[in-house]
Amino acid sequence: MKKATIQLGTLACPSCMQKIENAIKSVDGVDKESVKVMFNSSKAKFLFDEGKTSADNVENAITALGYEVKKTQVKDA
Amino acid sequence: MQRYILRKRNYITLISAILIAIAFVSKLGFSNVFIFNIALIIASVLGVAPIVIQAYQALRVKVVSIDVLVTIAVAGAFFLKNFEESAIVTFLFLFGAYLEQRTLNKTRSAIKELTEMAPETAIKQIENGEFVEVDVDEVDVGDVLLVKTGAKVPVDGTVLTGEGYINEASITGESVPVSKKEGLGVYAGTILENGTLQIKADRVGEDTTFGRIIELVEEAQDSKSEAERFIDKFSKYYTPAVLLLAIIVWVVSRNIELAITILVLGCPGALVIGVPVSNVAGIGNGARHGVLLKGSEVIQDFSRVDALVFDKTGTLTIGNPQVAETRFYADNSDEVSSYLASVENESDHPLAKAIVEYIGDTKLYSVENTDVVKGGGIIALVDGHKVAIGNVKLMEQEKVPLNEQARADIAQFEEKGNSIVLTAIDGELKALMGIRDKIRPGVKRDLQKLKKLGVKKLIVLSGDNQGTVDLVAKELGLTEAHGHMLPEDKSAYIKELQDKGQIVAFVGDGVNDSPSLALANIGIAMGSGTDVAIETSDVVLMNSDFSRLPHALGLTKAIARNMVQNIVIAVGVVLILLASVFFSDWMNMSIGMLVHEGSILAVILNGMRLINYRQRGHSS
Repeated sequence: MKKATIQLGTLACPSCMQKIENAIKSVDGVDKESVKVMFNSSKAKFLFDEGKTSADNVENAITALGYEVKKTQVKDA
Repeated sequence: MQRYILRKRNYITLISAILIAIAFVSKLGFSNVFIFNIALIIASVLGVAPIVIQAYQALRVKVVSIDVLVTIAVAGAFFLKNFEESAIVTFLFLFGAYLEQRTLNKTRSAIKELTEMAPETAIKQIENGEFVEVDVDEVDVGDVLLVKTGAKVPVDGTVLTGEGYINEASITGESVPVSKKEGLGVYAGTILENGTLQIKADRVGEDTTFGRIIELVEEAQDSKSEAERFIDKFSKYYTPAVLLLAIIVWVVSRNIELAITILVLGCPGALVIGVPVSNVAGIGNGARHGVLLKGSEVIQDFSRVDALVFDKTGTLTIGNPQVAETRFYADNSDEVSSYLASVENESDHPLAKAIVEYIGDTKLYSVENTDVVKGGGIIALVDGHKVAIGNVKLMEQEKVPLNEQARADIAQFEEKGNSIVLTAIDGELKALMGIRDKIRPGVKRDLQKLKKLGVKKLIVLSGDNQGTVDLVAKELGLTEAHGHMLPEDKSAYIKELQDKGQIVAFVGDGVNDSPSLALANIGIAMGSGTDVAIETSDVVLMNSDFSRLPHALGLTKAIARNMVQNIVIAVGVVLILLASVFFSDWMNMSIGMLVHEGSILAVILNGMRLINYRQRGHSS
């Protein structure tokens, strides 16, 4: 398991949070329970199985929604 | 394409504003209805594009968002050929979103300022001994780093060589520079104002004090209270419910106009954004003033606190005993001091340390035959003289006569809360010292402020004897004082208060009172910035600064009030809008959207007031 922290562009509406949260959860290999989107700091944190997916896949799911990804950090969980 | 449109949202907003202006000029100025309609149709289609995309994306991940409501409403207006409404509604929605983003950034500015203080580069010593500039992520524990004047300290570390003055405001909130030299600790994110230092990295990245503070603040501003979770859940079902209501109205009344107006009016914006905005602005304010508030639940509890319970040593007092008063019964006081310091230098008892520190530089003699008398003091041979240092019991044991004057002085010193240290040389009393822990400067004033803020009970609990504790309580105007308390007695006492239905906050240094910190409704730690207490408590006063406490309480009260105001604004606006759509004839979609966006801005602006919150009568 790896832990990823994604810095998003500024989130302005609480429903953006819901959208991004659902999008990250829909990526296979992401631990659904661990997904946390933080509205005020505009960050997403989650755990994922590096055998099944990568942080890039999640980034793509977010950018496909039209949100900006500024920086991604991946660490061992 | 989708992303392109979303990125150009602000241009689209501007263009539709211009188109709407053209439309009204041509209609009112030149009575040209054709251009009026064309311009508005273009404005509607252009304006609705980003909204449609967002609505579609939301539906794809199974969220009925506010964009969905607006899209349907605009489509309805378009279908009714009411281009005026469709254009104005889309424009207001986009413009409102733009303003929201701008103002939201303002409320988050304090925390952003904080994260931007994070160091980005470091000058690291590489294998051949040279120093090169590297990204701060490449620094490992144990690396030797160079910090130059004006640069940020990149990691938590220890000074190896060099001297300098460091501004530690980012950690402690205190901007007076602190002198640093070999062996002293430095913190990441602080700024070296002058001098040059070589440091060894002890903690890097997120493990540094600064990194932990940022992470804590970020988690705190997004942590939710029960009330907020309720609002969240509520809004999740609220938006689909509005959609359903509109459909029912349409089916029953066959009035599309009315149905789509309801869609616009029902948008939940202000309600979901009002509370987080108060939170983030308030927590940001705290972070800037050396107060870490860990989330919204803490704010709610602390704002309603009934009783504040204090630990004495290290909280109300400095936690560092010092010689407060002295009396010499000899003419050659310098020589007495020298003998005294020589003996006490051998001991690591806190009172001995206080005495050595008090006497300072003096001639030191060699000490022989040192004999420590348990519960009494110390006896030794110095320069051929027998020196006895200790309490009254030791003097009696050594048969040192105490005259009336000395006895009166001792009684007076004890009354003031001093521990007594007597010095006798060759069986004759030479000096008396009263040692006590000083009350933190300004604590009395701070406690009065807390009372003014509505705290009913101020209680001190301490392991010291009741006499000393009573004295502190009297001097500071506390309501209750209890001595002889072990850590478990303290937590039992807190439990007792809670059983009486009181909300209790405990203020301690987190060293031996962690059970109390954990048990109290609000645990407030006097954190020196490095303590584990930062992690276990609910509120941290940075740099162990007691004077932040009134600010913290006043701030939480202000935040709690602000949240209530925002909820009232949000709910009130929705109720008024819904009432007027049924009972008045002036309400339409455009006005509804205007009021709706206005209410969102109102709650954000209201929240922004917290950024500049400051205690009344406090200037700094």
